[in-house]
Amino acid sequence: MSILSDQDRQAVQKEFEALAGPVKLTVFSQSLGSESCLETERLIKEVVECSDKLSVEILNLVLDREKAEAYGVDRAPAIVVEGAEDYGIRFFGLPGGYEFSNLIDSIIVASSGQPGLSLETREALTNLKEPAHIRVFTTPT
Amino acid sequence: MRLAQHMAVASPQVRADCIDATEFSDLAQKYRVMAVPKVVINDRVEFAGALPEPEFLAQVLKATNGG
Repeated sequence: MSILSDQDRQAVQKEFEALAGPVKLTVFSQSLGSESCLETERLIKEVVECSDKLSVEILNLVLDREKAEAYGVDRAPAIVVEGAEDYGIRFFGLPGGYEFSNLIDSIIVASSGQPGLSLETREALTNLKEPAHIRVFTTPT
Repeated sequence: MRLAQHMAVASPQVRADCIDATEFSDLAQKYRVMAVPKVVINDRVEFAGALPEPEFLAQVLKATNGG
């Protein structure tokens, strides 16, 4: 049984018509699959099926430790969203509910490489003196 | 999360993590998440609730020594 309803799938496919470039989604899962790891894998596979510009790689947090470290991923399930480059977008946990919209939005912005921000904001971010690690805590509802 | 992920695309200095506070209750406890969304930047600046873009940017600048 699929996670996305037909209605969801059609809405996502429509949003993805605007995708500019390829996007790769890397899922870090754990072998002794927790339910949320398995659900995340299934969800991301279904999302990737919505556009031929998307690809997915499923990795194991323990077995693929080097890649996990390179991505800065230390827990599962985790999703790395990469466009032309790794912009530093990560989801930890199953992106359900409202976060599903953010996942779709992150794919679209990673695809274009064009953030929907004001010129002032973009200039200020370009001139940051040190890295900014933003953690946004949410709940799945 | 939307602003954070757009900021990540805008600057190689920015990383945006969206964390499910229910799944990762250890992190939620560590960062004293009482309500969502809660945003923590560089373990230095934190706020609860969604902020408009200029205010969100101000918090990022505050967390990075004024940009």
